[in-house]
Amino acid sequence: MSTDATPPLLSVKDLVVDFKTRAGNARVLDHVSLDISAGKILGIVGESGCGKSMTALSIMGLVPNPPGRITSGSISLDGRELTGLDEETLCEIRGTEIGMIFQEPMTSLNPVFTVGEQIAESVRVHENAGKQAAMARAVEMLKAVDIPEPDIRARAYPHQLSGGMRQRVMIAMALACRPRLLIADEPTTALDATVQAQIFDLLQELQQDTGTAIVLITHDMGAIAELADDVAVMYAGSIVEKGPVGDVLSQPCHPYTQGLITCVPHLVPDPPLQREALREIPGMVPALTNLGAGCAFEPRCEKAFDQCTGAKPELIKVSASQLGACWALESDQR
Amino acid sequence: MSDNSKNLIVKDLKVHFGGGKKILSGKKPTVHAVDGVSFTIPAGKTFGVVGESGSGKTTTALAIMRLVDITAGTVTLGDTEISALEKDALRAARRRFQIIFQDPYSSLDPRKRAGEIVRQPLDLMSIGTPSERAEAVTALFEQVGLRPEQQHLFPHQFSGGQRQRIGLARALSTRPDLIVCDEPVSALDVAIQAQILNLMSNLQQELGLTYLFISHDLGVVQHICDEIAVMYLGQIVEQADRVTLFKNPKHPYTKALLEAVPSVHNNKRNRQERVRLVGDPPSPINLPTACRFASRCPRAEARCHQEIPPLEENTSGHKVACFFA
Repeated sequence: MSTDATPPLLSVKDLVVDFKTRAGNARVLDHVSLDISAGKILGIVGESGCGKSMTALSIMGLVPNPPGRITSGSISLDGRELTGLDEETLCEIRGTEIGMIFQEPMTSLNPVFTVGEQIAESVRVHENAGKQAAMARAVEMLKAVDIPEPDIRARAYPHQLSGGMRQRVMIAMALACRPRLLIADEPTTALDATVQAQIFDLLQELQQDTGTAIVLITHDMGAIAELADDVAVMYAGSIVEKGPVGDVLSQPCHPYTQGLITCVPHLVPDPPLQREALREIPGMVPALTNLGAGCAFEPRCEKAFDQCTGAKPELIKVSASQLGACWALESDQR
Repeated sequence: MSDNSKNLIVKDLKVHFGGGKKILSGKKPTVHAVDGVSFTIPAGKTFGVVGESGSGKTTTALAIMRLVDITAGTVTLGDTEISALEKDALRAARRRFQIIFQDPYSSLDPRKRAGEIVRQPLDLMSIGTPSERAEAVTALFEQVGLRPEQQHLFPHQFSGGQRQRIGLARALSTRPDLIVCDEPVSALDVAIQAQILNLMSNLQQELGLTYLFISHDLGVVQHICDEIAVMYLGQIVEQADRVTLFKNPKHPYTKALLEAVPSVHNNKRNRQERVRLVGDPPSPINLPTACRFASRCPRAEARCHQEIPPLEENTSGHKVACFFA
């Protein structure tokens, strides 16, 4: 997606992930390709079940197996292939090369250790640091994520901190070994808007200071607009549109992206006196076990025509850097 | 549409928790969850309450529903003082005010079929004959956009959006005047959220419902509410109609809340120019006898740490509790 010539830091190519379920095979990721360059923020958006989190888990090598399995495709970090690596090597990569923060800071922290110990643990494991040196690094990290009185807070347990503070601790932990890629899976969903704004500011600052690349997974188009450089929109396991944030938001080419933007009541400083009904995307996300041969979005799409039920559209270029997967776009080009 | 006999009037509502005696010595601390809240919702209108978690918005909703004990103040729906009713009288009055909850998963009984869930209020209140109730349930299913044959399914067989429709049908079954909506769309995907919001607006127009709408999503509140109150630490700090509040927010807390919302109209550059709130709200146990927002307020002066700013109303009905408004 980036136009510069430097090779991307992370490159996901034609990734296919299948899950065996009682209802049959579910293709949760269907030929997903993504690139992210150092120092950039890539946003991934979509409804629940679209494959956003599964993309993150695949990159981390955390796809639950069984029932899940990476069927084909490649994930390479700085030229190094990550699929097929053994658990021990993956463990080394997680933390030092790739860090991850999760949606629920309370459930992802261990309640019986102090937050300082938990941050220090990853430093000890990955960098063979001594106990004291690791603890010093933990305090330093807490300071870097703007936690007041870091040396005192390092001795606090997770339940003694507020939701926003816990998420800061998670970020400190993920960044303690200076990873080159940070995956943030809905990092602010459980937080208040004011705290969410603080966390976003923090992520942006850290990213500018350290040059860490960030994959930001969210369902909030507003967050994408304010943080990300590039965006990928996912639907039913496939990327349906991707490109630079400005282009995708101002000229979305896929009907699903258009729907996602218009179905949300956006906060405006000058609301009109007359209210109109929100534009809906009718129906709901299909079951991944019986997607059929055509475009997965076809049953909900108001622009669908004959061709949409026949075969699945490929991602094609609609401009220099924007791609969309829709039959309507193909016919426009011919 | 305005029918004064169905207005909801909340006066100086207070809900405090704790404060009892400790086993060995002293008193348990008192949590001032709702601390002197007053507002009126005209019949057929939607009144929004926004604020951070812990601001007391859900407790306000529960107090109006009489699901938590009211410490002081009155709640009146039309000519009925809800806050004064007890036992059978309260149960009978519940027909007129119903609630829908945030989580469509935990708010439906997993062992009851959808039709039974919607029918239960009718049975409990002995409304109509059994055959009339069955007809009413079928009509309700159609009204909220479900197919009548889906009555025989269990909650787990429905999606989140459909479950919220069942919750709505259950609330509508007793033909209430007021529906308290506690974050009704926060747990839903954005595409489904639009469907539920449109359904709620249509039902309001058809049935003349009054909504008390609790949400932390300012975009949703701006879309659906006629009047909005902003709560902070158990009190209303600003209240105005939907156009005025967003066009001309006066309280520094309201401004900070509005600034915090990420918007598709923003980009990376103008994001950094905004004012940010620092820290978390103070604990509702040891409240200052001054402006409760002063510790986080970018404009606070000495006076704000000493006196309580009253909630004052200007000529156009815009209420603000700030010395600088």
